[in-house]
Order: sequence, then structure tokens, then C-alpha cells
Amino acid sequence: MRFYEYEARAIVDKAGIPVTKYGFATTPEEARKIAEDIGGPTVIKSQVLSGGRMKAGGVKFADTPDEAAAHAADILKLEINGQMPRGVLVDPKADVDQEFYAGVVWDLTKKLPVIIFSPVGGIDIEQVAEEQPDKVGRRHFSTIHPFNPFIAKEVVASTGVTGKDLQRITPIVARLAELFIEKDMTLAEINPLARMKDGTFVALDAHMDMENEARGRHKALLAELGVGGEETRAAREATPLEIAAEENDAQDHRGIAGNLTEFDGNIGLIIGAGGGSLTLFDAVLAHGGKPANYCEIGGNPTAEKTAGLTKLVLQKPGVEKIAVMMSIVSNTRADIIAEGVINGCLELGMDPAEKIALFRIPGACEEDAFKLLEEHGVEYADRTVSLTEAAKRAVEKIQGAAA
Amino acid sequence: MSILINAETTFIVQGITGREAMNLTRECLDYGKGAKVVGGVTPGKLGEEAHGVPVFDTVAQAVEAHGAPIDGSVLTVPPAFTKDAVFEAIDNGIKLLVIVTERIPRGDVAQMVEYATEHGAQIIGPNCLGIIVPDVIKMGGIGGPAKDAAKSYTPGPIGVISRSGGMTTEMSSALSAAGLGQSTAVSIGGDAIIGTSYAELMPLFEADEQTKGIVIYSEPGGTMDAELAKWVTENDSRLPIVAFMAGFFMDDMPGMSFGHAGAIVGGKEDTAAEKIARLAEAGITVAEDITDIPDLMKAKLAERGIAV
Repeated sequence: MRFYEYEARAIVDKAGIPVTKYGFATTPEEARKIAEDIGGPTVIKSQVLSGGRMKAGGVKFADTPDEAAAHAADILKLEINGQMPRGVLVDPKADVDQEFYAGVVWDLTKKLPVIIFSPVGGIDIEQVAEEQPDKVGRRHFSTIHPFNPFIAKEVVASTGVTGKDLQRITPIVARLAELFIEKDMTLAEINPLARMKDGTFVALDAHMDMENEARGRHKALLAELGVGGEETRAAREATPLEIAAEENDAQDHRGIAGNLTEFDGNIGLIIGAGGGSLTLFDAVLAHGGKPANYCEIGGNPTAEKTAGLTKLVLQKPGVEKIAVMMSIVSNTRADIIAEGVINGCLELGMDPAEKIALFRIPGACEEDAFKLLEEHGVEYADRTVSLTEAAKRAVEKIQGAAA
Repeated sequence: MSILINAETTFIVQGITGREAMNLTRECLDYGKGAKVVGGVTPGKLGEEAHGVPVFDTVAQAVEAHGAPIDGSVLTVPPAFTKDAVFEAIDNGIKLLVIVTERIPRGDVAQMVEYATEHGAQIIGPNCLGIIVPDVIKMGGIGGPAKDAAKSYTPGPIGVISRSGGMTTEMSSALSAAGLGQSTAVSIGGDAIIGTSYAELMPLFEADEQTKGIVIYSEPGGTMDAELAKWVTENDSRLPIVAFMAGFFMDDMPGMSFGHAGAIVGGKEDTAAEKIARLAEAGITVAEDITDIPDLMKAKLAERGIAV
């Protein structure tokens, strides 16, 4: 889950890393007030989760509080990459001497966190790594042994930084590394970390991503920042249907019958499990199919949850039939899924034989599933029909019917 | 032969009294030669039985009752308690940990992996279905009930490695139908950080005489494909590899996660298209359609003059 810049700065500030005296505003008046308090030239920055703010006109400089308010009014109305800003950040225009970079990420190959530091900051670190590789220091650290500040000192020193700069940067990088672990971040980045004209350092911008799976253990921090439990912060906001599917899934903790994502097509998909869904979705597209949705069934969900998901997909405008397909199931029971999708149709007063174009879920308890499907006249396939063939058959049946 | 486990492997199930754990215990006891499930652990349930398997409060009690070191553990405890359970197993001498649990934060997984490495233990998963040696033993829910697992898995020359549990069975079933059985199939898990990657399993398959070829299932996200390509190039592997990549549709939807926690396109290197290019450079054949896998493998084996 990505944080807005104003939140990321608050996180950095709480960790004891120096920041500027910035403020967050949702109205031009609030922006004016903050600029007055700052009492000098300011920078007004759009608060969106998207990058490329500067290019889009989402960052503007102001000499007076009036100008700050005017810029805020413009930026608050400006959509950037499809997102309206959450507000604006009003920041003192910093007297910067040099910009550095400090970041912590997971090295997925080594399975360890790695600190990345560069005396060349303010631009994309990947660009620096490509153009000036000797200016980028990296150092892994343990997640089970205590973190010691010398680790931060080593990575900073490895880039040629010494003297007062080394002494002042080391504790900041050490705190960033500790913050990364403590708060379950997947990315903790200060860019730029600025040396001011007086030689002190401040975090001028910060980017923080918290792992979704860990949100539950940082409730206090999220509440303090005002982040609601319903905020997914995904690449796009959830649609009403996606939210309804989420609620349907949450009614019972057993298994998953959800993770629905809407698309524009007419083929309703009840698919699973994780890898099976990816494979099937690709296969439907490869055969010219237009899916109405993506979803996942797995971990043996109840028939009620499966019926709920089935109803939601069947009620989506444009969906005439559904295809129920999974990779061979191990713990998920084929008979329970069959019961769920059949009940979903019946509860809507629809005929399962007509609405379910194809059922292809081989594996655990398949005999019972096939028996039930036969009773309702639903076409089904066993493991001798591959995922690809099943997808093809579903596309032909549904789009043939729709055309 | 096989990798990781064989007919003699002993293991416990941590979290054995849960619904899914009870099922997988039954399945493991029933499958092949019958797994040696020597105990289960659920705090507070000492003295109970799960399908005849004695339940203990602690791993130490299970080891003591068994009277000898225990080889492995299948962990099905809730995400908040998994790290503790893994450390407990490792401290009690267990060397092979199959973690079934989903949704464990990666900070916890990194700690488990680091602790395991320091103690010479190996983690498979999290978010996996386990390991199966066809007709011999299965450790975890892989393949489902014994009679269903027997429909998909047959003994033979192919090592199967998959980020998806269901796709492990799907691919093995297709291989079996084409007369290519499996030496060992490993569901390695779908999370961003997992205990054992493709490249880390390769030396084991390389050393296993029964294994003549490798089939891999992959997804967008992560560095495992690049790591595998590097390993294959650097080690001049004797094993032909056929890979299948799912999730091409995700390439156009950066920042959205589908299927598994680890399946997300962040940068260009995460995309399916970029990954198959990387694999192909290392001489790994990438199947466009899952149904092509058996024929592609047969062709590669024939090309190298490997009889199966």
C-alpha cells in the first residue's frame, strides 16, 4: 500500500528523521495559512499516488501566501494520470546545497533487505545506477540480528562520502533501515535527502510502501495518519461490483471466492485458483474472448460464498453466461463449487444448464460434482480437457451465443 | 530416486487440528506408501488424536515421543503465528519446512528464511501445497485426496517446479497423460519471498539420477526467472527445461496484483514478456500453450539424445 507524500513525510518525521516545516492542505485557504506560517517562498505539490507530478503541472513555486493559495486552487482541480489530488503539500522552498538518495528495498533473490545510498539524488536512482554505478552503494542487512548503525555508515562511506556529511547522514540512513523493518515497508525512500546551505540534512521528499498483508499490525500508525481500512490504494479505485465481491468474500473466513476485477467483455468468469486464474484469463483472451471479469476461487470456500460471487457476476450488465473453470483442485472441493454456482443461478431464478456454459473443475470430490452437474444438465469437462481447450470451448459457446 | 523427501521421511503437522490440516493429514497417510506422519502440534490439544496421529502442545514433545530426530514439518498455522512455529521447529532439529500458510508479511518470511539458512534447514513455501514423489509419498495438500492425486501424478523422469499449487497438478497431469511421469513435483509458493526458488532446487534435481528434464510454471513479478536463467547458463545444466508463463494480461496492468501476492508488475523486468525473453536467452523453451508442454519436453529430450 503506497502512502501519499504528506503521509510518508509524517512517517519519516515520527522515526526521528529531520523534515522541513511542511503542511498539508485540502483548500486554497488552508494552503495560504500554511504559507503565512512558513513566512517565505513555498513549493505547492499535488498529493497524488502517481509519479510525473512536475511534468503534469502538479508542482508550483510561490513567493507569497496569495500566490500559494492561487496555485493550490489550480492544483487541487488538476487531474494527474487519472487521479484527482488528495490535497496539496505546502513546503518551504529549501535552500539546498546538494541532493543525496537513500532507500531501502527487499532483494528478492537474496531474500534480505538492502540499503541503497547515493550522493547523487533528486533523480531516479535507476538512472544513477546506470550512468554512474560507482556513485551507488548497496549493502544487505540481517532481519534476525540486531541492526547496528555501522551498517549504514559502511554503505554511505562506500560512495566516497566522508567528514561531517558521513557523520550526519549515517543516523538518518540507520533510522530509515530500522523504520523499513519495523513498519513492514516494501519500499522506504528519501529522495532527495538534502544538505542545506547550513550543512544540516532534511528529507525533502519521501516514498513509502507498506505491505498489504502487514496492515493489521500497524493499525495505530494508520489511524494516526487517517488511512481508512477500506482504502486499497491500488492502481485504480475499486468499482462498486469489486467492493460487493470483496464484501461477499469477507462474510466467511474460509477460502477465497473473490479478488474480482471488472473488465468490459461479456464472458462471466468464475475461475481459480491463483495460477489457474492467470492461465485461464490468458487463454480466454488468446481465443478472442472478451472477459467481463477476473476472479479467484481457492482454499475451499463455502458454497454460500461461491453462490454470492456467481450472482454478482451473472448480474453484471452484458454477462449472458458464465464459465466455471479451475486448475485441478487439491484442497478446494469441486462438489462444493458446483453446488455454489448452481445455487447462485437458481437463487436468481435462472437455469444453471443455460447460464453455465462450461464447468471444468477436476480434482477433489469431482465425482460428486459431476453427478450434481448432470442432475442440472450442466455441461462439464474433466482433466482430459486442458485449461486451454476449456477456455476455447467457453469462448465459442458464449460469444457464439452473444453474436 | 527423488529430491527433498522419500518413503522414509518422517514429518509432523503444525496446526494439525485445523480443518485443512486434518484433510491434508488424512491425504498424506493414505497416499503412496503412506507418509510417516509421526505427530501433530496444536497448543492446548496435547493427548488428542488426528486420524490416529498423536497431537502435542510443543514440537519438543513430538520429538521426544518419536524418540529420534524428525525430518520435516508441514505448517498450517495462521499467518500471525507462523514465524514462531517455524523457529520452534528449527530449534527442535527439523530440517525441512513446508509452509502452507498464505498472507504472511515478507518481513516475517525473510526472518524465517535467514534463520533456516543459519541452521541448515530448508523452507518450501509459504503459500504452497507441498511436495509429492508419485506413488511414494506426499508432504502437504498437493494433488488433494490420495485417489485424486493418483489420477494426476505418475512416477517418471520429469522434475516439476511451480509457483502455483494447482498448476503443479495441472502440468503433472498433462505430463502423465503423455507418458511422462514425475520424479518429484514441488509447489514452491506464490509469495514475493519464498524459501526455495527454481535456481535453488536445480542442484537437487541435477544430482538426482531419475530426473531427466524439468518443467516450470512461472508468473509475472519477482526475480526467480532471471536467477534461474543465470544458474542454467553458469552451471551448464544437463537438464532440459520447459517453462510455462501465465499472466501475460498483467503486463498492461502495472501495480495490480493478480493470482498470488508475488504476482505483480512493478517494473519492466517483472513482465511476462521480459521474463520469457530472459529464459529463452538461457536456452529454456517457453511453451505458449500449456497443452504443448509434454511435446516440447519430448522434443528437447530427443534433441539431447536422452532416453526416458
